[in-house]
Formats: sequence, structure tokens, C-alpha cells
Amino acid sequence: MTTIDSSPEAAAVTPGDTDAAGAGANPLHALADWLASTDHKRIGRLYLGGGLLGLAAVVTVNILLAIERVDGADSLLAVDSWAQLVDAQRVGLIFGAMLPLALGLGVAVVPLQLGARALAFPRLAGAGLWMWFGGLVLAVVALGNDGGTSGGQSDMVDLFIAAHALMALGLAATAGSLATTILTTRSPGMTMRRVPFFSWSVLVYSLGLLLVLPVLVGTLAYLFLDHRNARTGFGGNEGIVRWAGWVFTQPTSFLLAVPAIGVFVELLPVTFRRRTPARGVFFGGLALVAFAAFAAVTQQNIFSLPWSGAGVNLDDLGNKFDDLVPYLLFNGLPILGMTIVLGLGLFLAIPQPGVRPNVSAAFLLAFLGFSMVFTGMLGNALFAIDDMGLQGTVFEEAALVYVAYGSVLGVLGGIAHWAPKLWGATLPTGKVAGLAALGFVGTVLASLPHYVAGFLDQPAGLVYDDSDLQVWNILVVAGHGLVAFTVVGFVGLLAMAVRAAASAASAVDDPWDGQTIEWATTSPAPADNYVDVPIVRSAEPGLDLKTPAAVGSDA
Amino acid sequence: MQSLPAGPAPAPRNQLLVGSSLAAVAMAMLTGGMLGVWLVQRTEAIDAEGHWVPEGVTIPEVPSNVMLLAFVGVCVFAQWALWSAKHNDRPHAAFALGCLALVVLLIVNAQAFIFHEMGLGIADGTYAAMFYAITGMFIVLLIAGLAFTAVAAFRYLGGRVDHELLTAHAIFWYAVAAIYAAIWFVVYVVK
Repeated sequence: MTTIDSSPEAAAVTPGDTDAAGAGANPLHALADWLASTDHKRIGRLYLGGGLLGLAAVVTVNILLAIERVDGADSLLAVDSWAQLVDAQRVGLIFGAMLPLALGLGVAVVPLQLGARALAFPRLAGAGLWMWFGGLVLAVVALGNDGGTSGGQSDMVDLFIAAHALMALGLAATAGSLATTILTTRSPGMTMRRVPFFSWSVLVYSLGLLLVLPVLVGTLAYLFLDHRNARTGFGGNEGIVRWAGWVFTQPTSFLLAVPAIGVFVELLPVTFRRRTPARGVFFGGLALVAFAAFAAVTQQNIFSLPWSGAGVNLDDLGNKFDDLVPYLLFNGLPILGMTIVLGLGLFLAIPQPGVRPNVSAAFLLAFLGFSMVFTGMLGNALFAIDDMGLQGTVFEEAALVYVAYGSVLGVLGGIAHWAPKLWGATLPTGKVAGLAALGFVGTVLASLPHYVAGFLDQPAGLVYDDSDLQVWNILVVAGHGLVAFTVVGFVGLLAMAVRAAASAASAVDDPWDGQTIEWATTSPAPADNYVDVPIVRSAEPGLDLKTPAAVGSDA
Repeated sequence: MQSLPAGPAPAPRNQLLVGSSLAAVAMAMLTGGMLGVWLVQRTEAIDAEGHWVPEGVTIPEVPSNVMLLAFVGVCVFAQWALWSAKHNDRPHAAFALGCLALVVLLIVNAQAFIFHEMGLGIADGTYAAMFYAITGMFIVLLIAGLAFTAVAAFRYLGGRVDHELLTAHAIFWYAVAAIYAAIWFVVYVVK
């Protein structure tokens, strides 16, 4: 059953201009309209703006940490600030960048893809945005005042915990709105099997967040009360990492990368200009990646696999089975899902007679992001095996950086792809492709050297004794620096393109020869998205409107 | 660009049902996660100290059992309100919603009575902090449910004719009742 809904605010806006509401003489009214908006494109863009800001901040923190690590013995920054910097890195990567960027892209794009005119419960999504933002500000305040997991100011540690609960509640609220939207506001004819791949990935992601974030909130409630009062059961500050640390590392981070993988899958058929066979297998692959959510649900921080390297010992098979099941569930299934996606992607890439692939810069970003996330997953699969001796080294951080930066590259690809619908702007292909290459090299340099250093036993902290490790840490500085250039460059390109689009409405409605229905509405999309509710008759309604010659032979 | 053809008139909505169900799942995960941590801490405390509930503290069982029975009433009243709405019987729907709100308030009162009878300070150790965390979280769910009941009552009595809102409302309270049953078993029975 499907339904299309119009928000009262959206209906009051003249079709054809999303930002028309409140753009009159009084700038305060315009600002208030933005801040209290129920338009999904505005909420999504605010999430994306906040996420890009958070990303820029966390990349800066990563550069500082990397510089601090160049000399393993001496310190440039005050030693007292190290703990806050490490916390800021984790908070920034997960709550400042990965979560809001993926959620923001979903909020902005999914209703368009579904043929819906609005989000379900748009005020809930808007409230979630501000709860997340408020929580993030409070977390930064706490870290800046000696809070965090190793903070010395007790009140600031409490504030740090409460801020995370606030962020989690806000993100869960927005995820609930998104999941309900996908389940209930699809265009007539759009069965679940015809849902676009990106929307499917966002559904999987949203449901995963609804399973994971409440568990985090409950744990934080315990930690808050215990830390504020008895400090006996959870170990004070250390207990925060022990009991809630699972949200800042793998395999929970795999779940947060699902929308970025969804962008890659979405762009595969567009790039290779053919209809997608076996869509259900793609759906399954994306869903398998989200199995990592169950690691978070069971609140497990580190998955060790004590296999002892002695081959199969039948006498101890029961214990080995107990170890192997969670390992395969939380590491094996996501890797299987990624392998399925990659395999089907290669199948779609098989050259078709008379069809020339349309490789966009957005696809390049999404593909490189996918490959980085995959590398992070493979690294974590090694990390979890005790015999590798990687636990307690920088290897874990490298895997997180791979997954986080890969996820960010994927989302940036999504922003570049849907920029015509969100801002009426088309980003310059050549420059974005250059940034994609820069981001790829930066991500590899920011992560791979620490994979190597992990094998060389560089400890997870900022201090090490072996001077031979220095070269790897210098490379990491360069990597984070390149990622910073990528982020700043992308934001700059986006700002220039949006500014140019505002002065000259020249955006093409369907610049990528898209297959989904959002490309059937104008660029930028009007406030209500669609003048008429579109009917969907296949999984590629955009192709249905075009001549057979424009699509692949199996169209 | 060629436009897609216009679709038919919007079909009946079911957003509230889906939203309420997702909220129920989220509440179940919240409580399930907290009970999981509770059981882990309980096991560790018993292994280390031989007991989990602090010595000298008695958990009053009567009010906790009465709360469980009261949730049967909550579910009956929620379903009664829905049944009345389906039969366009506004007075009975309003009466059922009012009774439901009253019973929920009594449940909150019973929880407060338990706090008073136990005489446990929140800083009295791990058990105390966790007990207040999980029961406090449950009270928050009750207050959210009361707000939902108030909104449902105002919107239904204000003229909303479909039953989706009261169906979603009933789903919410069934979920809260199931959650309390789990809390009752772990916190008040197993102890």
C-alpha cells in the first residue's frame, strides 16, 4: 500500500522554487523558515552541511594526531590534551561525519526517489536534526573542558555521556522517519522490489540504526547514573570505553557505511546504461553488510578469534565454534555482502554492443569509497584474529579510517550525483574526478601505513619507541592532509556551483541519463517534488520514458 | 523532459501504524539492551560478592505485581478505545482513553511507592544506579505514552474519523506492557 503526502508548509510554497518560502524581505523569517522547516530537502541539506562541517573538523583533528605521532617520543601538544584529541577523533568520525552525512543524503534524496512529496513525520526528522546538532555541540564543549572518556572534570564527563545520548536519540528519530517514509510513501506501482538501490540501502541503514541506537542510549543511561553517583559497577571513565566503545569502532562502523555502498550500487546501472538483473541479489548483498548491526546490538566491543594457529583441534571444537560464529556473523557476512555487490557490479560492467558507459565523477567517488570500505572490512577481519597480534596496535584505527573515509567518499559521490536535484547545480566533472583521485590517495595514505605499522607492533596510543616506525606516520600525515584538501575542495566546488546555479538557472533535469523517477522532475526539485504523482511500472521508470536506443540491449 | 503520467488519488495512509511499530521495536531494543547489561552486572556481582541486591534492601513485590496486572487493564482500555472508535462510539472511546490515562498514572504512582519503600539512595552502589536507570527509563516511556494518549484523544474527539491513530496507540501500549513484563521478570522476580 502506498500513499503520497504533502506537508502543509510545502504546499504553501510556489512549485518550482524550493527555497522560495521565507525568502522575502525579512531575513529572520527566512532563517526561521530554514531552521523549523519540514521540507525534507532542507532538513537533508542541513544534515549534510553539519556533516561536512564535522568532517572538516575531524580531519583537522586527525592531522593533529598524525603530526603528534611523527615523533613517537616527544610531544608537540600538551600531553593532557591527547585523550581529548583521541576522543574527538572517534566522536567526529562516527557522530560528526559518518552518521549525519549518510542520514542527510538519505533524507534529502529518498522521498524524491520514491515519488513522495514529503517525509513521513517530517517534524520528527527536523527535531532529530537539532537534537543531533545540539548533542554534537555539547560533546565538543565537554571535550574542550577536560571531559571525554579520560577527562578530569567530572561534570564534563557526565556532559559528554549525556551529549551522546542526545545525539543518538536525535539520529534514531530521523532514522524512524526515514524508515517509515520508505515503507509507506512509495509512488503507486513502486513495490518493495522496485525500490531504488539507494533507498533500499537507506531503509536497511535506518532499521539498523533503530536497532542499535536505543541500545546505546540504554547503556549511556547506566553510565551516566553510575558515573555521576557510585562509580562502582562500570569502572568510572574507563567504563565508558568498555561499555559504549562498540559504537566507535568496527564492526558497528560497517552499518554506518551502508548508504555509501548504496550510492555505488545505485550508480552502477546508470553508469553502464542497462537494466539491473537479479535486483534481489543486490538487495541481499546490501542487507548482509548491515548484519554488523548485531555486533552493536549485543554490545560487543572487540571480537577476538582465539584460533591458536594450531589447525583444527577436534577436542576443542565446541569452543572454536563459539568463537567462530560471532566472527563470521559480524565480519564474514558483511564481507560476503560486499563481495556479492562487487561481483554483480562487475557483471553489469561487461561491455554491451553499442552501449558506451557513462562514467561520471560521482561514480568514481562512489567506487573508490566502496573499495576503501571493503579494504577496511578486510582489515578488521584480520584484526579480530588473535594470532595476528594486531590488537592493541594502530591497525584498528587504520581500519576505522578506511571505513569512515571510504563512507565519506561514497556520500560525496551521492552529493555530486544528486546536486542537480538538491541545488539545481551540476558539479564540474573534471574537477570532481580530480578530487576523487586525491581523496582516494589520501585515504590510502591515511590508513595503509598504519596497517603496516600495526604489523610492526606500533601501539594504539600516540607514543612508540621504534624510530623505524616514523616513516609510516609521516605518510599518514600526508594522507590526512590530502583528505583535508579533498573535503575543502569539494565544499568549495559545491558552493561555487550552487552560487552559479542561483544566478543562472541552467541545471539540466536529467544530466546523467538516470533510471529512477527523481530525474523526471525538474532541477532543482520543487517544494512538493512532483506536480503529479508518478506511476511506476518497472524498477527503472526513468528508462521506460526513453527510447530503447538510449539504453542497454536488455532494456 | 517528458513527464510521467499522473497517478490515482492517494490510498489510505498507514504511516502511524508503521511508525508506532518501529517505535515499539526501538523501545524493545532500549529495554532489552538495558536488561542485558543488568544481567551481566548481576552475574558479576554474585560471582564477586555473593549477592546482587544490597543487603538490607527489600524489593516490595505487591506493587510490582499490581503494576503488571494494571497493564492488562491498559491493554484492555486501549483496545476498548479502538473498538469504540470503529463503531463510531465517541463517548465510550473517550471514556476508555480516560481510564487508560488514569491507570497509567496509577502505575507511575506504584513505581514511586516502590522507590519509597525500598529506601535506596541513587548513590548507594551499582545496583541502585542501575535500578533507578532502568525504572526511570520506563517511567519516561510511560510519560511518552501518556502524551500519545492525550494527542490521540484530542485528535479523535476533535473529529478525526479514521481508526489508524487509535490502532497505532494500542500498538504502543501493547509494546509498553510487554516491556514491563520483561522488566518485572528480570528486576522484580529474578532480582
